[in-house]
Amino acid sequence: MDFLVAHFSQAVFLFLAFFSLGGAVGVVVLRQPVHAALSLLASFLGVAGLFVLARGEFLAAVQVLVYAGGVMVLFLFVIMFVNVRAVGKEAQYLRPLVPLAVVGGLLFSALALTAMWALGRRPPADAFPLVSVAGQEVGNTEAVGWILYREYLLPFEVVSVLLLVAMVGAIVLGRKPKEMEKA
Amino acid sequence: MNAQVSVLLPELLLAGMGIFILLVGVLGRGSQRLAFFLANFGVLASMVAVVGVGERGTETFFAGMLQLDRFALFFRLLFLASALLVVWLSRPFLQRAQQTAWEYYALILFATLGMCFLASGVHLAGLYVSLELMALSSYILAGYFRGEVKSHEAATKYFVLGALSSGILIYGLSLMYGATGSLSLAEVSQKLAAGPRSVAATAGMFLLLAGMLFKVAAVPFHVWTPDVYEGAPTPMTAFFSVGPKAAAFAMLVRVLWVGLAPAAADWRLLVSWVAAATMVWGNVAALTQDNVKRMLAYSSIAHAGYTLLGVLAGGPLGTQSVLFYMLVYAVTNLGAFGLVVLLAAKEYAGEKVADFRGLAHRQPVAAFAMLLFLLSLGGIPPTAGFMGKLYLFAAAVHAGYAWLAVVGVIMSAVSLYYYFRIVKEMYLASAGEGEGVAVLSEAWGVRALVVCALATLLFGVYPTSALAFLAPAAKIVPW
Repeated sequence: MDFLVAHFSQAVFLFLAFFSLGGAVGVVVLRQPVHAALSLLASFLGVAGLFVLARGEFLAAVQVLVYAGGVMVLFLFVIMFVNVRAVGKEAQYLRPLVPLAVVGGLLFSALALTAMWALGRRPPADAFPLVSVAGQEVGNTEAVGWILYREYLLPFEVVSVLLLVAMVGAIVLGRKPKEMEKA
Repeated sequence: MNAQVSVLLPELLLAGMGIFILLVGVLGRGSQRLAFFLANFGVLASMVAVVGVGERGTETFFAGMLQLDRFALFFRLLFLASALLVVWLSRPFLQRAQQTAWEYYALILFATLGMCFLASGVHLAGLYVSLELMALSSYILAGYFRGEVKSHEAATKYFVLGALSSGILIYGLSLMYGATGSLSLAEVSQKLAAGPRSVAATAGMFLLLAGMLFKVAAVPFHVWTPDVYEGAPTPMTAFFSVGPKAAAFAMLVRVLWVGLAPAAADWRLLVSWVAAATMVWGNVAALTQDNVKRMLAYSSIAHAGYTLLGVLAGGPLGTQSVLFYMLVYAVTNLGAFGLVVLLAAKEYAGEKVADFRGLAHRQPVAAFAMLLFLLSLGGIPPTAGFMGKLYLFAAAVHAGYAWLAVVGVIMSAVSLYYYFRIVKEMYLASAGEGEGVAVLSEAWGVRALVVCALATLLFGVYPTSALAFLAPAAKIVPW
């Protein structure tokens, strides 16, 4: 019991990590698009939980609102709109590569585990909350705002151009080809 | 703060002109000529602004995001010049394909914007979003021709593998942040030098390296290149093989030698084998290609391998040779792809080596230009390619990588076989063997080719002033 109390945050972390990873695996494995989308939702919620654990409350809220809320609705809307049925059993060209993929996956998880182990060798520092700006105590939201619009102002602006490009791209690639327009 | 914003003038001009072109396109009033003119104006104005802002030494801007040294100055001018030439080459191509040009030119400007930030970025978060801006614009441009199956295939492969590489890169980046507590290259370097390296930092470093090698298309991360280069609109292939590749090299040099320099002994081992594999496989696979764009794609992989020698060598000499080679490679490759753009091929992406048959008899000037570019790619004096390779190999030998220089020289000899297949078709094919296709003499395309040809000769015969300009640019760290 004492052990569990001492390592409570690690236990929660492991649970949330497997929850979000399991959700991600589900997206790939499930054949019903709606099921896959719901599995993605589980993954998003797991990540939101991780943000809470890391004491980024604002990020957790945004994760739920934007990803679990907005993005998810969009996904489900499109899936239902275009009425996708289960993905049929098509020819599996990559089947022969499955053993290789397993070996690769094992090697990669060994790498990831070693990295995690190495990080965890230091005493598990309590996640320090992002609540201080220039020595002053502020709320987490305020602190994120300060960092985002001061230190990370330039990447923030570049991301805004990036989103513009993504929109333009969706329109360009979604446009009907010329021949079809004429017909 | 105002002083900080003013150094962004070149990038602001690019972004502003990109948005302006989109707006004019939406209003639907202007002709295609106007789109072309605006794109030209945007790039040229940005070039003037880059020179106007000049270099600011080791001072950093925007909370340590940007560093406007000679290195950044050179690469931004290189990207803008390549963008300008690609815009010129795109004009005849878009006219022939009867495609609307507004979004096309705007996306070129946005991609160039991302590349400019890659050249001056010294912070991993900033570098990552700039890389994504460049890459996303490129994916869309690869699939711009909606009616072409090959264009779709190129865009899809580029997007899926690009997203995969971005995932690897950002995973490495997050491990690096976890291990060092910072994303600023200078601070990462300090932390790495300070004590024994943690396993997380090592894993992060190699994942970061793998992500960047994806972007420069080094073996074994090259598989996307041939299909993308074949299927993309040809002016875009020219652009991908020069702009984003040089931008990825700018990032690679900066990250490896500024950020990860304390771990050089470890990544050098890996990069040296990657360089050897890239040179060998790029050249060997090019031998059997009949599609010119595909052949030039493998050739560009091989050239990334040569350039890795300079990255590996590091120091003032190695870095200078990388910068010089990027310059040389840009003008040469833009020229070679430019000729393919002007080749009046019958179907989309169907440019065969045989299409060059007898070109020397029909259009001697065009054939001579192609000969010049091919000689430069093969590294034969008096072209720029020879000088570029000379400096790369010299830097490699100087840094103790003589075996790699030997591999490079042997592989350059191998590469002559496939470059000379085109030369043979152009000059030696007798008239009886059927005819190739004509090279169209469209004004802006020809102008771009003339610039490339002159630059190829100039840097081959008189590289001194370019090298003198690049010597301070190579001092990204006090070696």
